[in-house]
Amino acid sequence: MEDEKDYALPSFDAEAKDNSRRNFLKQSTLLTAIALTPGTAIKAADMRVDEKIAEAFEKMPVKLEVNGVAHNLSVEPRATLLDILREQLDLTGTKKGCDHGQCGACTVHINGHRVNSCLTLGVMASGKKITTIEGLAKGDELHPMQEAFLKYDGFQCGYCTPGQIMSAVACIREGHANSEMEIREYMSGNICRCGAYPNIVNAIQEVKEGGQAV
Amino acid sequence: MKAFQYTRATTQQSAIDAIAKPGTKIIAGGTNLIDLMKRGVIAPDKLVDINQLPLNYITTNKLGHLHIGALALNSVVSESKLVLELQPLLSMALKAGASPQLRNMATVGGNMMQRTRCAYFYDTTMPCNKREPGSGCGAIGGYNRMHAIFGASDKCIAVHPSDMCVALAALDAAVTVTGRKGTRVIPFTEFHRLPGEHPEMDNTLAPGELITGIGIPHNNFAKNSYYLKIRDRQSYAFALTSVAAALEISNGTIKQARLAMGGVAHKPWRLFDAEKALVGKPATEESFKQAAEIAMQGAKAYEYNKFKLKLAPATLVEALKHAAGLV
Repeated sequence: MEDEKDYALPSFDAEAKDNSRRNFLKQSTLLTAIALTPGTAIKAADMRVDEKIAEAFEKMPVKLEVNGVAHNLSVEPRATLLDILREQLDLTGTKKGCDHGQCGACTVHINGHRVNSCLTLGVMASGKKITTIEGLAKGDELHPMQEAFLKYDGFQCGYCTPGQIMSAVACIREGHANSEMEIREYMSGNICRCGAYPNIVNAIQEVKEGGQAV
Repeated sequence: MKAFQYTRATTQQSAIDAIAKPGTKIIAGGTNLIDLMKRGVIAPDKLVDINQLPLNYITTNKLGHLHIGALALNSVVSESKLVLELQPLLSMALKAGASPQLRNMATVGGNMMQRTRCAYFYDTTMPCNKREPGSGCGAIGGYNRMHAIFGASDKCIAVHPSDMCVALAALDAAVTVTGRKGTRVIPFTEFHRLPGEHPEMDNTLAPGELITGIGIPHNNFAKNSYYLKIRDRQSYAFALTSVAAALEISNGTIKQARLAMGGVAHKPWRLFDAEKALVGKPATEESFKQAAEIAMQGAKAYEYNKFKLKLAPATLVEALKHAAGLV
């Protein structure tokens, strides 16, 4: 395990990369994998050739403009936009929740429209403009929706918050924030297990009523 | 997810040529396909991205027929002025489906092609005749709360998950498909099929055929139509039961009716007999209850979905009341 690259797993949160919890997860996952995989795979893992195997699959060039910065990347067709943002671009604000389009934690804007980045292939987003939670603030000045989430306690654990805020901004831009009922309906793609919904609705209503540009 | 090759089709012909090869799948919005690929339910060798084809139109003609391209987004169709004016039922059904994020990705053609959300189909450790023909049906003796009450077989009792398709079945829509043998038009009610002996086939699309668009003939239902969806939570859940109801009412009398149900069968379940029973009747709750009784003939429940035998007719009556303006 000296060379961690060989056993890199998708990161699950934005914590420091060398924390012990992560190393523990990596080690235990590798042990589980060895327990379940046939001999040849163990041999391959021993020889640290798994990365080379992965690279043998065809990679494709992808151009993404993320939060105003152009990136020329090379990705496997199966890499989702979510994983590219988090793993290749280190933009870990966008969260991986269910990874199946059911929770909304991965919500980003593509060409101004909110989508689930976990169900978007990176190769299919090529040439498009992506906005993530990191792209909302202007320097030290928070976006009005970020301010409102702080003011109204629109979160508890905070894991769903980036997706909630990206969706909330889109909800106002789409013109679907005209009543509490409408906000709840058009925010239904973002699940909050802490149950911060009433405060999220309050935050969206304040921004909407404040009439600020979002 | 299994690794795959990815290509973009720039012409309809190149898409048709590409999908003729086994192991090749078309991708448009990808909201269901990518999910299924992540779970290993489907593992294509190659994906053909058709998003560059010019199939996102929404147009009408002199006769008032509405034409929508296969790549028009669910969100765009649901907010389209033309759709809201000519076929508001379609907009209501689309808005009842999925979430705003998913509707921004999902296309009309992809919505039609989505697979059942039967948990046994999704769980690759379980038997499922739809996923693996001949392996058996986990749902028949299993937890079948979400499952069919109409048209099921002893091979499969899954339901079709779409809301949009329920509205299109009610509105006499047609599907235009094109393949190597040319272009043909399939009535919407014949596009999806019942499971029978071959639940692995969801629809009547021939191998290598591509959906290019749908058409909805002009009608006079815009004033009196309603989509009612009953689910476990208020929003963002699949239907337990749903009803698309469209009426043409003149002086309190029903001149024409169109009815289809969702969440009850392997395909959007059009209710032809109940429609006929409504014609010439007054637009009252009494008439709607009689129609609901006719609609439920032949229904058969399983261990955990018996509640649908009551919920489905109640949904139908309530949808008709909304359509007729009684609520």
